[in-house]
Amino acid sequence: MTTQSNQLASFDQRDKEWYIDKAIQIIVFMSGISAILFVVGIFAFVTMEGFGFLLKDFSISEFLLSPWWEPTDEDEPTYGILALVAGTASVTGLAMLVAVPFSLGAAIYIGEFASGKKREYLKILIELLAAIPSVVWGFIGLTIMNPLIIAVFDVPVGLNVLNAGIILGLMAAPIMTSIAEDALKAVPDRYREAAEALGATRWQVIYKTVLPAAKNGLLGAVLLGVGRGFGETMAVLMATGHAINIPGSVFDPVRALTATIAAELGETAVGSTHYEALFTIGIFLFLITFIINLTADLIVRGIRKQ
Amino acid sequence: MVTTTEITPKLQVKDLTIRYGSHTALSGVSLEVMPNEIFSIIGPANAGKTSFLKVLNRMDTFNSEMKYDGKIFFNGLDTRHLRNHYALRRRIGVVFPLPVGLPMTVYENVALSPRLRGINNKAELDVIVERCLQRAALWDEVKDRLDSLGSLLSGGQQQRLTIARALSQEPELLVLDEFSIAVDPVTTMRIEEVLKELKEEMTIILVTNLVQQARRLADRTAFFLNGECVEMGITEALFSGEAKDQRTIDYIEGRFG
Repeated sequence: MTTQSNQLASFDQRDKEWYIDKAIQIIVFMSGISAILFVVGIFAFVTMEGFGFLLKDFSISEFLLSPWWEPTDEDEPTYGILALVAGTASVTGLAMLVAVPFSLGAAIYIGEFASGKKREYLKILIELLAAIPSVVWGFIGLTIMNPLIIAVFDVPVGLNVLNAGIILGLMAAPIMTSIAEDALKAVPDRYREAAEALGATRWQVIYKTVLPAAKNGLLGAVLLGVGRGFGETMAVLMATGHAINIPGSVFDPVRALTATIAAELGETAVGSTHYEALFTIGIFLFLITFIINLTADLIVRGIRKQ
Repeated sequence: MVTTTEITPKLQVKDLTIRYGSHTALSGVSLEVMPNEIFSIIGPANAGKTSFLKVLNRMDTFNSEMKYDGKIFFNGLDTRHLRNHYALRRRIGVVFPLPVGLPMTVYENVALSPRLRGINNKAELDVIVERCLQRAALWDEVKDRLDSLGSLLSGGQQQRLTIARALSQEPELLVLDEFSIAVDPVTTMRIEEVLKELKEEMTIILVTNLVQQARRLADRTAFFLNGECVEMGITEALFSGEAKDQRTIDYIEGRFG
C-alpha cells in the first residue's frame, strides 16, 4: 500500500507546474486589467481637469447650443461648442460619403473577386495605406488638395469642409476596408458554394447571400470609421481652415473639436477657466467616441451570436 | 446493361480524371446516366465520389486547385467550354452532405432559386415554396415559421430545407451527396419515397454511404474505390451475387469500407 500513500502525498503537494500556472494566471490577469485601469485613469484625469469648469462657469445650454467659442474674450468669454460640433460632424459626414463606397467596394473586390497573389498584395497595400501618419494626410490637404480645390471650384480658399472631408475619407477608408474584408471573410464558403450551385452568378451570390450575412460586420466597419473621423486631430487641423463657423456649404472653413484642443491647450494657463473648458470638450469627445465604439462593438457581437 | 442506342443519355462521362494539384482524386471514369433513372454511386471515403459530383455542375471553377480531364456531356452538350456555366447549374440541383441553410428565412431559402430565374410574383412563389417543402417532407414542421432564419432549424430540418431548395430549381438532374447523414431514419425513408416519385420527372444521381439505400432506390449502381470506378451495373444484379469484382462483393457485404 506504499504506492497508494505516495500517490496521496503527491496529490497533496504543489509542484513546479502548479506554481508556474498560478504565476502565468496572475501575469495575464494583470495585463488584462491594466488596459481597463488605463482607460478608467484617463477618463478620471480628463474629468478632474474639466471638473472645475463644470462646477462654476458651466452652463449646459451655452456649452451645447451657443455657436460662440470665445474663451479669450476679455469682457465676456463664451464657451459654446455648437460650431465645433458642426465642424466635426460635417467633416466626418462628408468623409463617410467618400469612405463608405470606396471601402466597401475595395473590400468586396479583395474578398470576393481577387484571388491568390493579387489578393495578398492588395491586403498588404491596404495595410500600408492605413499606416500613413495623419500629419502626412494633413500635409497632402494643405499642399495638394488646397490649390486643387481653388482651381477646380473657383473658390478663394481651399481649406474647408470639402478638403478635410476628402482627406479624412481617404484616411479612414483603408481601415474600414480591412475590417469590412474581415467581415466578408467570416462568411463561410459553404454559403457561397450553396448559392453558386443554385445557379446564382457571382454578383447574385454576393448581394443575395454574402452581404446580408456580413451586414453587421460591415456596419461595424462603418461605425469604426465614424469614430475615427470624430477622433482625428492633426489632418483636420491642417485641412479644415480652422475657422469657427457653422458651415453653410462644403466650401466653408470649419473647426473641429479635436483641433481646438490641440491648438489651444498649449497656450492656456493650467487651471484657468479656458484650460478647464478644453478638458470639458475632452470629456464630450470621450463620451461620443465611447458611444460610437460601444455601438460598433455591440453590432459586431451581434454577428457572432447568429 | 441498359441499351443506349436510341435515347440521348442525360449525362455522359468519358474518361474523366480529376486532380487537386498533384493529387489524383478520380481516374479514368466513364459512365452514362439515362433520363429518369436513379443512378447511385457507392464506395468508401476518399473514393472520389464528391469530386465526381463537383465537376458535373462545374463547381470546379470554385477551387483553383481542381482540374479535370476527359469529357462530360449534359443532354449531349459538352460542358467544358460553356460560356454560361450559371445556366448549367440552374438545371442541376445539388444537395450537399452537410446541410447548408443560407442565412435567410426558410421561405427565402426556397424562393431564392425561382427568384434568380426571374419569378417575382408572390402568389407564384408561395405555391413553389409550399410544393417544394412538402416534397422534402418539411412543410408540416415549418409552415408556421417560414419567416424564421433557415440557419436556426435543426440539422435534419436544414438538410430537408436544402433538398427543398434543390427542388425549387426544377432541375433536370438532381444530385444528392449522402443526404441521409444528418437525417433521422424515419425522415430518410420519407425522402426515399419522394425520390421514387421524383424519378418520373427528373434524373437522380445518388451518392450514398448506405449500401442498402442504393439497393432500395437505384436502377443502376456504380462502385467507386480509391478514385476508380471498379464496377457498374444494374443494382439488383450487383446485389444478388452477379458482381464480378471481388472488391465489390466484399464492400456490398460489408467486409470493408
